[in-house]
Amino acid sequence: MKSVTKQPTLPLLSRRQCLKGLAVLSLSPWIKPVYAKPAEILSGSTFHLTIAETRVNFTGTPRLATTVNGSLPAPTLRWREGDTVTIHVTNQLNETSSIHWHGLILPYQMDGAHGVSFAGIAPNTTFTYRFKVQQSGTYWYHSHSGMQEQTGLYGAIIIEPLKGETIVAERDYVIVLSDWTDEDPMAVLDKLKKQSDYYNFNQLTVLDFVHDIKQDGLKSAVDKREMWNEMLMNMTDLSDISAYTYCYLLNGNTPETNWTALFNKGERIRLRFINAASQSFFDVRIPNLKMTVVQADGQNIEPVSVDEFRLGAAETYDVIVTPEDDAYTIFAQSMDRTGYARGTLATRTGLTAAVPALDKAEPLSMLDMMGDMAHGVAAHHAKTEYGASVDMRVDMPRTNLDDAGVGLRNNGRRVLTYADLHTIGGSLDPRPATRDIELHLTGNMERYSWSFDGVEFDDSSPIHFRYGERLRVILVNDTMMTHPIHLHGMWSELETPDGKFQVRKHTFNVQPAQRISFLVTADALGYWAWHCHLFYHMHVGMFRTVVVS
Amino acid sequence: MNHMTMNHAEQGEAMNHSKMNHATMNHAEQSGAMDHNEMSMQGGDAPENARDPNAYSDGYTLNAMPFYKDESHNLYSLLVDRLESVTTTGNAAMTYDLQAWAGQTYNRALIRAEGEMQNGLSENARTELLWAHAITPYWDSHLGVRYDSGSGRGRCWLAFGVQGLAPYWLYTEATFYVNEQGRTAFRVELEYDVLITQRLILQPRVEANFYSKNDPAHNLGNGLSNVEAGLRLRYEFCREFAPYVGVEWASTVGNTANYAKANSNTVDETRFVAGIHFWF
Repeated sequence: MKSVTKQPTLPLLSRRQCLKGLAVLSLSPWIKPVYAKPAEILSGSTFHLTIAETRVNFTGTPRLATTVNGSLPAPTLRWREGDTVTIHVTNQLNETSSIHWHGLILPYQMDGAHGVSFAGIAPNTTFTYRFKVQQSGTYWYHSHSGMQEQTGLYGAIIIEPLKGETIVAERDYVIVLSDWTDEDPMAVLDKLKKQSDYYNFNQLTVLDFVHDIKQDGLKSAVDKREMWNEMLMNMTDLSDISAYTYCYLLNGNTPETNWTALFNKGERIRLRFINAASQSFFDVRIPNLKMTVVQADGQNIEPVSVDEFRLGAAETYDVIVTPEDDAYTIFAQSMDRTGYARGTLATRTGLTAAVPALDKAEPLSMLDMMGDMAHGVAAHHAKTEYGASVDMRVDMPRTNLDDAGVGLRNNGRRVLTYADLHTIGGSLDPRPATRDIELHLTGNMERYSWSFDGVEFDDSSPIHFRYGERLRVILVNDTMMTHPIHLHGMWSELETPDGKFQVRKHTFNVQPAQRISFLVTADALGYWAWHCHLFYHMHVGMFRTVVVS
Repeated sequence: MNHMTMNHAEQGEAMNHSKMNHATMNHAEQSGAMDHNEMSMQGGDAPENARDPNAYSDGYTLNAMPFYKDESHNLYSLLVDRLESVTTTGNAAMTYDLQAWAGQTYNRALIRAEGEMQNGLSENARTELLWAHAITPYWDSHLGVRYDSGSGRGRCWLAFGVQGLAPYWLYTEATFYVNEQGRTAFRVELEYDVLITQRLILQPRVEANFYSKNDPAHNLGNGLSNVEAGLRLRYEFCREFAPYVGVEWASTVGNTANYAKANSNTVDETRFVAGIHFWF
């Protein structure tokens, strides 16, 4: 397998020369093609980013990726809290593009949500983003247009705190996890629309049935399947898209090309994990190394020591590790256990550590379908949840936050849950909520339709937040999949089941048959996107516009 | 609390709590206990006090948003469920069974066609042009026309029916037909996929046709007219392409069988089939 990092790149050329060169190269068969390079680190307050197509090769077949300044991931941007940054983004694609600064608090015109907060960046034009950086921590940016996020347009943002860094580390590495497919993402979506279990090769078979009969008896084997079959629910439906088409990347490297970070024994290393995947959850661990989670979605939290955490699409966790051995594997297996992204922490290049086997895929449980009939909170369904667009409703969703989720329950490792996350300093706004907005996450897997309240985006109405109000958002997941829900422009402050402040984040995983609630201060005027960060769910309609006025 | 959730909650309370609490560890035991609740988890009628999904809009509409553009697009598909050679004693024919559609998630234009070819001639063909509309999570309603060609004079029907998945993933087509002479007909087809492995799939399939009146011109009797029951084993090299082999038992019944006998045609037969299943 070819390495993206080892492909020949043009040395010592400026970006502009390089891009001019690209155009020439593509016409010059006698010169080797230019491949995407690893992400550079750019710092300062003025940036020039150019979006273009660049060749990559992750599977043995060259493909075109959507890159920024010729790299995949896009360059890591280092900003300082309090600075005003100016970012000139030039679109050299032949379609409209955009860059959204994920988790950043800024004027809506600068948010980069194509079709919501601006019209996008037309081909061969430059859009200038300019805004004051009002926060610190680890964030990321990505395209909010077409299929460009799936084809590579994502990169890290590191913002240094104005008052100096309180998280002490000798080394600091960004770890961008992502998923790559050689297929045209539109073709992937097309397949899912026609056969929603297209990528699931982990379904229950007759052989599994025979195995279950042998192990538990016929009645138990039948009962186990009964309700799922009656409702046409698939307990192995853990991920719409699997390693059948995906190649999982860590900083743009395949498991084989093994991205490696160096350290000296005894050093504290800060690893900034970002899930930039389109449709994948990663369960991340570093065997034989405890991770102290110190930040979630850019916000410092009370340190918590864990063996493993689940990273939903668009979430970030910063962890501190203090390795004592020579080499460790960073192991990020996909939630459906069909593949993994991998990197290495080592005292010198070339060292590797054992790569663990993938865990066995754990089917969804009744908890993921029924919620908590005894102790759940009654959900208030929308009248549009009784039609063809919704294949399941949960009347009594579970509200507990201490569940790591399917595949991570009782695995013998200390796995992070949302109940472990406590933002340092607590809430930004002590006011109680003056009203509730209840929104249900809905879908019909068979039709591959995803929506809120059973209504896909194109048929929906915007949601109005009244400027200045403090409101409670109640999300009820009426599906059997976990959805990372991201509200642009405003922080979401998660509540505990009994209504106390838990953690401030920009993206929340809502588990199947779960109800969560968070408070929002509607202090950002304008038009904002609110959506599931699973790319294909967003595309088919799990999306809303929020108007703050 | 609305009526439905209250009932639901009461049922939840009524259920054995110890069972509930270890549900996640031993969910097999529990599923039987929940039969009563299943019905309210899918479809059904919205209760009076169900939420209005537009309640939070305060009058804002999507089309009034400054940058909104509807970017939904049509999908197109051709599914050739069966394209097979059919061998019976001393006879060989080809059969096709396909669906082509264009549209979006909830409304599609659908062409459904099934027929036999013998010696290069169409023997019996049924071609339907339908509007498929999603009515429940797993069922589409169909409305359209059917044209029969082949033996006898061509014939048109109005068609209305359903297609979808019954519990246990039982694929079902059920369609009523009416023609201008007031004849009615009913056709039902059932298919079920048994996964032996992730790619090797055994598919039982049953089809039956009913007619309201005798139709000597087309050799069709009233009542149940014919039944086909087959078993096909396919291997999905990829999802879109699967060759298969199988065996099918086909029989004419009642007056249709009498017409067949009168014409010295076989009343029932066992067929060996080999074909391909593909889609894009």
